[in-house]
Amino acid sequence: MPELNTSSLPDLVFAFLFFIMMVTSMREVSLMVQFRAPQATELQKLEKKSLVTFIYIGVPNREYQAKMGTEARVQLNDKIEEVSAIQDYIAQEKSSMNEEDQPYMTVSIKADRDTKMGLITDVKQALREAYALKISYSATPAVN
Amino acid sequence: MARKKRKVPGVNASSSADIAFMLLLFFLMTSSMDTDKGLPRRLPPPVPKDQKNNDVEINKRNLLVVLINSQNQISCGGEPIDISQLKDKAKEFIDNPYNDANKPEKEEKEVEFFGKVMCASKGVISIQNDRGTQYQAYISVQNELARAYNELRDEISREKFGKAFADLEDAQQKAVQEIYPQKISEAEPKNYGEK
Repeated sequence: MPELNTSSLPDLVFAFLFFIMMVTSMREVSLMVQFRAPQATELQKLEKKSLVTFIYIGVPNREYQAKMGTEARVQLNDKIEEVSAIQDYIAQEKSSMNEEDQPYMTVSIKADRDTKMGLITDVKQALREAYALKISYSATPAVN
Repeated sequence: MARKKRKVPGVNASSSADIAFMLLLFFLMTSSMDTDKGLPRRLPPPVPKDQKNNDVEINKRNLLVVLINSQNQISCGGEPIDISQLKDKAKEFIDNPYNDANKPEKEEKEVEFFGKVMCASKGVISIQNDRGTQYQAYISVQNELARAYNELRDEISREKFGKAFADLEDAQQKAVQEIYPQKISEAEPKNYGEK
């Protein structure tokens, strides 16, 4: 029986590897807050990942609780911040985008399901002030 | 001195497939392919500071107020209800099938594909929540309202085009959206009973 020629196998695998590298994005931030997404059914996919900015809201992880307290906080990039820092953060994210993309910027609010609405409203007000009007309440599909 | 032609030994490439596989596995593990899902909403633009109160007067019959208190209890149009009833209430309000005088007024609109239709597109659903409301309760309400809109849009799409709303073409979706525009207003929260 003739042996199968495997000399092109590395090339095939590399091509596949490049494909995976293109379509996936590495998780950029490490979560510093506890976050369990709320459940919903009428979900829509977020298009174009490059246009999406994330805001995480939740109770800080145990190792940060000594410093940050046990109340829900806002995480922007790799830092736990005050709500007042959101405007600068949005402006910064906006300026790093292409000019024609800026109106399509979407902010995904990833808030823990037990968060009080007071904080979320503050965040929403800050987003309004920063003219980031397209938002998405991140949620997971509910299992019935 | 005659130089001896030396043969360069070829690099043994038989393990490069294994190396590539290792890299591939590494990227498969560390990258997240999951797409983020959520409920998309549009916030109103900020109110200019010099402008004091520009509350648009909305006729009472065109407004459905959904209240969520700090105990996550829901009231819709003044009466306390359960979350499971909210969708049907909202549908009845948005569509106003029996031309109820207490539901949004209808107006004739010229819509592509449909021609002249009577639609109750003046209705606005207003969500008001307390600062102490749990986020999950708020999302559930948003979700039920979105479901009401989606079901109505699906119904009319099936009737007219024989397809679900999501399968329609862009122009058709736009027409259906014009009949049932999603109007959900999120008011500033009231602070009654936090903690």
